[in-house]
Amino acid sequence: MGKNVLVIEDEPNIIEAISFILSRDGWSVATHSNGHDAVGVVTEALPDVVILDVMLPGKSGYDILRELRDAEETRKIPVLMLTAKGQVKDREMAERAGASRFMTKPFSNAEVLDAVRELVVS
Amino acid sequence: MGALNILVGVCLIYVAFLFLVAFAAERAAINGKGGWLRSPLIYTLSLSIYCTAWTFYGAVGYAARSGLEYLTIYIGPSLVMIGWWWLLRKLVRIGRTQRITSIADLISSRYGKSNSLAVGVTILAVIGTTPYIALQLQSVTVSFGVFSDAYGAELTEETHGNNALLVAFGLALFTIIFGTRNLDANERHHGVVMAIAVEAIVKLFALLAVGAFVVWGVAGGMSDIFARIDASEIGTWQMRGDRWATLIFLSAAAFLCLPRMFQVMVVENEDEDHLRTASWAFPFYLMVMSLFVVPIAVVGLDMMPPGTNPDFFVLTLPLATGNDGLAMLSFLGGFSSATSMVIVAALALSTMVSNHIVMPIWLSTQSGGATVSGDVRHVVLLSRRISIAAVVFLGYLYFRLSGGGAALASIGLISFAGVAQFLPVLIGGIFWRGATRTGAFVGLSVGFLIWAYTLLLPSFGTGTLIGEAVLSEGPFGLGWLRPEAFFGITGMDPLVHAIFWSMLLNTLSFFIASLVGFPSPLERLQGAQFVNVFEHSRTPQSWSGSLAQSEDLMVMAQRIIGAREAQRLFEREARRQGVSGLVPEPSPDFLQVLERELAGSVGAATAHAMIGQIVGGASVSVEDLMAVADETAQMMEYSSRLEAKSEEQARTARQLRQANEKLTQISEQKDAFLSQVSHELRTPMTSIRAFSEILRDSDRLSAKEKVRYSSIIHDEAIRLTRLLDDLLDLSVLENGQVSLNEQSGILGDVLDHSLSSALTGNQDVELRVMRDRLSEQMTLTTDLDRLSQVFINLIGNAQKYCDAEKPELQISARHEQGHLIVDFIDNGSGISKSDQALIFEKFARTGVQKVSGAGLGLAICREIMTRLGGSIDYLPGQGGAAFRVILPLSAALAAQ
Repeated sequence: MGKNVLVIEDEPNIIEAISFILSRDGWSVATHSNGHDAVGVVTEALPDVVILDVMLPGKSGYDILRELRDAEETRKIPVLMLTAKGQVKDREMAERAGASRFMTKPFSNAEVLDAVRELVVS
Repeated sequence: MGALNILVGVCLIYVAFLFLVAFAAERAAINGKGGWLRSPLIYTLSLSIYCTAWTFYGAVGYAARSGLEYLTIYIGPSLVMIGWWWLLRKLVRIGRTQRITSIADLISSRYGKSNSLAVGVTILAVIGTTPYIALQLQSVTVSFGVFSDAYGAELTEETHGNNALLVAFGLALFTIIFGTRNLDANERHHGVVMAIAVEAIVKLFALLAVGAFVVWGVAGGMSDIFARIDASEIGTWQMRGDRWATLIFLSAAAFLCLPRMFQVMVVENEDEDHLRTASWAFPFYLMVMSLFVVPIAVVGLDMMPPGTNPDFFVLTLPLATGNDGLAMLSFLGGFSSATSMVIVAALALSTMVSNHIVMPIWLSTQSGGATVSGDVRHVVLLSRRISIAAVVFLGYLYFRLSGGGAALASIGLISFAGVAQFLPVLIGGIFWRGATRTGAFVGLSVGFLIWAYTLLLPSFGTGTLIGEAVLSEGPFGLGWLRPEAFFGITGMDPLVHAIFWSMLLNTLSFFIASLVGFPSPLERLQGAQFVNVFEHSRTPQSWSGSLAQSEDLMVMAQRIIGAREAQRLFEREARRQGVSGLVPEPSPDFLQVLERELAGSVGAATAHAMIGQIVGGASVSVEDLMAVADETAQMMEYSSRLEAKSEEQARTARQLRQANEKLTQISEQKDAFLSQVSHELRTPMTSIRAFSEILRDSDRLSAKEKVRYSSIIHDEAIRLTRLLDDLLDLSVLENGQVSLNEQSGILGDVLDHSLSSALTGNQDVELRVMRDRLSEQMTLTTDLDRLSQVFINLIGNAQKYCDAEKPELQISARHEQGHLIVDFIDNGSGISKSDQALIFEKFARTGVQKVSGAGLGLAICREIMTRLGGSIDYLPGQGGAAFRVILPLSAALAAQ
């Protein structure tokens, strides 16, 4: 395994939780916690999966995702979107922006793990 | 008593008979079998209501007292019928074409349809007629009293009153039943007319029967009568020329002006040709009525004991000679005279009162105003019925209050003189186009004032309404104003004096005021229609050239395009023609312009027909034209109302749209708020769930890890709780449900408390707080706990967000114009300009957060300061983050 996951999330506790779950499953986890330079970080690291929060300081997760989809290098990277706003229109926005998966907080650990695994396989 | 009961019984049967007659006539008229109802004979007989009980009984008394002078009362109407029947024909024609319902209606209609004039005439007519109705009631009760005296039954005052009330009630009932059975368009009442025609025959027959009995039964035939006349005082009475002329004039005038005469003569008229028959038949009727007056008077004076009231010789002579049957017939004659007068007078007056006083008032209380379109028939009928009852009751009241005394006897002529004041306005109105409304007002007012002053007031007797001094010296010692000797001309008979002056000044002032003023277009038009009624109604094509006045065109134009618009058009055309004033010449050019203008409103064909009609040579009748014009005016009013309504609807729609936008905005705000709340709740829950799953699922966790993850769960749970607390606090503050606990305290103490609560000490970097204790020694009165909450928030924010290496917070307080100002300034990088506008909004956190917070703190602070009557604002340009709190030192709290 040893695949790379990049977690872009601004809540330190949530970063810690996701990192713990994925590391325990054998993933190599990198984290980033603001929106400004998130695109640059992804482009540089080119992880196998990106876990992206919607509400980020500096730039929203939707905008980051749109930029990733527009760029040649990052277009194919699977992105799992996390949001704390559980409304239907949030899901639609995520799909339009090109999210591979969409998950509402709070999530179960197993759910995240399954999602990341599936995204890598496909 | 038995005979008295028979009399009562006969009366009741007679009344029942009259009801039957009236009912049958109504039925016949409805079934179209009433051809005979419309005969000139019936019309002539109905005119006999001129002969009231005052004539039936009083003529004999009059003859006994004043000789042949009583004849003047008959000569006046006879002269009118024979010599002036063309005037009557004109009145009838006008009444027909203008759909006149009463004399008040006629006068108001002639003078520009002025309702105030109609109200005036109505009131004067009621004043003039009420005593006369009282007189009829008195005659019935007194004649009944004569009977009961003869039979030895003592009647109390009370019984007299009750009799009068009974009679009044019966008459009101009859009039209501047959006078307001329906709202006949022409206001004709076949039942009433038939009943009074029958009564006319009864009273004539009764008087003739008594006369014949007296001449041939009591006296010894005609020669004996003539001998008695020669011997009696009556033969020696000298004719007084002035009185005769005055009385003939007066009765002629009253015949024309009495509301009840107008009712039967004009309103109930079926056919103008009936006047032809009536012009000889009615004088003949009057002559027969007067035939035996003198013989009865002479024989009565001879035979009856001195002191007997000569007014009731007609009754007392048969009674004294034991002819009870004849006396009963005579009673019925008097009863007929009285009742027919009251019925028709009540009918005529009620029409006037209802149409000109009650209905206008009722309409003005309706929201729709005069344009109410619903069925007002029942209202009109009700108003008529109430008016009838009121008029009859007024007569009864007058009878009771006047005590039924001698004052009533003289009221007949006074009443005549009162209504005679209508004459100049009436005659002037139908013969003189120049007569104006102002003239009519002035003339009527002057005439009635003089009549009241010289005749009515003195009639109540000296010392009652008018002092003796006034009568003999004049008011305020002004001798020339003595009520019975104007301008110092003494020696005139009071009645002659009053008639002379009232009619002279009435006519003069009417004439002069008419000449001085200028009639309105409507008055001019109505004047033309009244004065030229025969040309207009008979030959509609020949609206003659002399009438093609611009004023008439003006009236037409006003009705169609509105008063202001018409006036502007006419003024402009007059200027173009170079004519001074506002009225242009009816030149072909002007007519063309006018026609075009009108065509815009009513269409070219109609406009052409209208213009052609007025300038002559078209075939549309004046009535059609007026109807079209009125319709147009109504349509315009309707459309303008529609316009107003649609404007109102547009306004409502605009308001609704605004309200809707506002609601949408509020709804969007609510959605955004809920979405934010959801986010704020889900974030700590995510941590809690994730770490509790980790704790549950992993058995290889170190003790240190277990402690760390448990404390994260613990902190996030506290964070959730704090968030919920903040939400609830904000909700309470925003709804204004918060109750403030007002206390007095020192600012320094509040700050001490706030600092110790905010700075718990377990922070990584110590926040250094700088204060000036001296400036904090201010006493303030407010909710200190809430104020402390604000301070804690600000201090906490500085601690959380101040990004300086050695964070410092400067707290400075000062006192300015009754306000406490506290500034909180830290040495961090401050808040960016774009964020400054947002920080007081809910959930508006800025920048990267070192420490998690719900983002509600400043929103709560702002709400609290508003409630405390103060404010909290960001202070830009201070280097670090800076907040200013302003609070009135001691002021009423803003809101509870």
